Amino acid sequence: MADDPQIPPAPPAATADTPAAPRPAPAAAKPAPAAGGEAHVPKASAPTGPPDPPPPADAVLPAFITSLQAAVPGSVSQVSYYLGDWTVIVPASHIIEAATYLRDAPEASFDYCSDLTATDWPPRAERFDVIYCLYSTRHRHRVRLKVKVAENQPLASVTGVWTAANWLEREVFDMFGVNFTGHPDRRRILMPDDWQGYPQRKDYPLEGPGELLMENPLDWLKLRQAREEADIE
Amino acid sequence: MTTLQPQTVHGAMFDTNELVINMGPQHPSTHGVLRVVLRLDGEKVVDADVVMGYLHRGIEKLSENRNWTQIILLTDRMDYVAAATSNVGYCETVEKLLQIEVPRRARYVRTILCELQRIASHCLWVGTHAMDIGAMTVFLYAFRERELILDLFEEFCGARLTYNSMRIGGLPLDLPPGWDKKVLEFCKIMDGKLDEYETLLTHNRIWLERTKGVGVIGGPEATALGMCGPTLRGSGVARDVRKDEPYAAYDEMEFDVPIGTAGDTYDRYLVRMEEFRQSLRIIRQATEGLPEGPIVGKVPRLIKPAAGETYHAIESPKGELGYFIVADGKSTNPYRFRVRPPSFCNLQALPRLVRGHLVADVVALIGSIDIVLGEVDR
Repeated sequence: MADDPQIPPAPPAATADTPAAPRPAPAAAKPAPAAGGEAHVPKASAPTGPPDPPPPADAVLPAFITSLQAAVPGSVSQVSYYLGDWTVIVPASHIIEAATYLRDAPEASFDYCSDLTATDWPPRAERFDVIYCLYSTRHRHRVRLKVKVAENQPLASVTGVWTAANWLEREVFDMFGVNFTGHPDRRRILMPDDWQGYPQRKDYPLEGPGELLMENPLDWLKLRQAREEADIE
Repeated sequence: MTTLQPQTVHGAMFDTNELVINMGPQHPSTHGVLRVVLRLDGEKVVDADVVMGYLHRGIEKLSENRNWTQIILLTDRMDYVAAATSNVGYCETVEKLLQIEVPRRARYVRTILCELQRIASHCLWVGTHAMDIGAMTVFLYAFRERELILDLFEEFCGARLTYNSMRIGGLPLDLPPGWDKKVLEFCKIMDGKLDEYETLLTHNRIWLERTKGVGVIGGPEATALGMCGPTLRGSGVARDVRKDEPYAAYDEMEFDVPIGTAGDTYDRYLVRMEEFRQSLRIIRQATEGLPEGPIVGKVPRLIKPAAGETYHAIESPKGELGYFIVADGKSTNPYRFRVRPPSFCNLQALPRLVRGHLVADVVALIGSIDIVLGEVDR
């Protein structure tokens, strides 16, 4: 608790009046953020990403992955295999080409986008994994695509490839704030239209926003940390 | 509602104004708190916008802060008319992450419970769908049979709606003595009752007029839209997770996957009516061939899967219910918990389906895609 006195006593009323003002002070009091960590809240032990294990040596790559590598150069940055599922990690710049190829190529024909979601890894610079779970009604196989994007980094919408992605991307935008570009109807879907913040992010508190968080989630979180530390003492 | 501004229609004998009206969230036919904003030209729907989230409880966020066992109870609250299938889907995903084997008896009981649940959910569907269209009798009949299933569930786990009826690795408790006989008895009753429903609806002139040719959607378009379950099969796509990616004991069961041809409301109705019969067929096989043995596999005392992520899907009464779960290998709760809700993905097709139809058909179509708002909003 050495740095406890340095945290300014931010009473709720004071912060509510001037939401932006107390922000520089705690930032200065805190130690410099770790490499790659931004202003997010990171716990010391926060994981930096899924392991994405490489396929075992004796595993044969499915035909659609090898042909994707050949047909769209640069579209496969890594292939991973875990518990029977193949995952292809695709650079954000190539997602439309890779998705279109996987939908149209006869050996892939992933015509069904069964899920589209994201995972938040705050300590990482490219903090979001956007995950596309694809299925082929013809060959009955599955693959997952994964794209790593930073906050505010534009990511092309795949609504043009699978219409199913429309609402699923809206939900990812609503919950994580991933910046989809070219989306026909990018509005919030589950939360109210005027909601502040993105609830599924790891730095968003479970208890909900409270009156402070409507202005700035980080202030609220720091206040909560300070309260918890005070409780411990 | 920025997307739905009324526009003036020219060219008619008189200029007419389009009208924007709200259907829901308190409308009885929206099956909960769904709001559909309709842009109408006369009585014809020009466009529709679906507004949801009134029942959003943040189940995904909550689950990321609960331990692995506590989440089972949260999955009940998603599709609350088919809680057992949500339980099964979640438990199987965690078992996949933990790589544990589930005993054969537990897999059989899961299959029976899933299929009973499918019948209960379809009973609720056929009742409310028919009542939306104006056939009151079917509602009373279907709820009478649904009650029998709820009694069976009550005897098994003590609850009638939110069952919490699975555990990771198997079942919380074995079947009560004589339960399987009661299930077989129920199958016998249900066989006759299905004919009753069909007598009331299938060749009923009013029912045909209200459902045939309403909300037609082709197979490829339905697939691209991410529709699933009976709604997709009504369009002629033979996609059933039970067949394509068998889970529980479905690989040992014999059953057929009914598909439609026209892709309209009537075909979706026929598909579900046939699913009743197929479910009864599965229940009979599973109950008669129920193996003896343990009901829980070798589950570690502390559930903490190794770091990794997985997606696992099952066929809920509404369609493909998928769970995408990320474990970080350090904590006793999932790092990311995501549900792929079938109702949500089916509901996405609603604006496409209602376009060009009358307001009364919107009611028929909402019933036809069989949504549960607890699952749409989570």
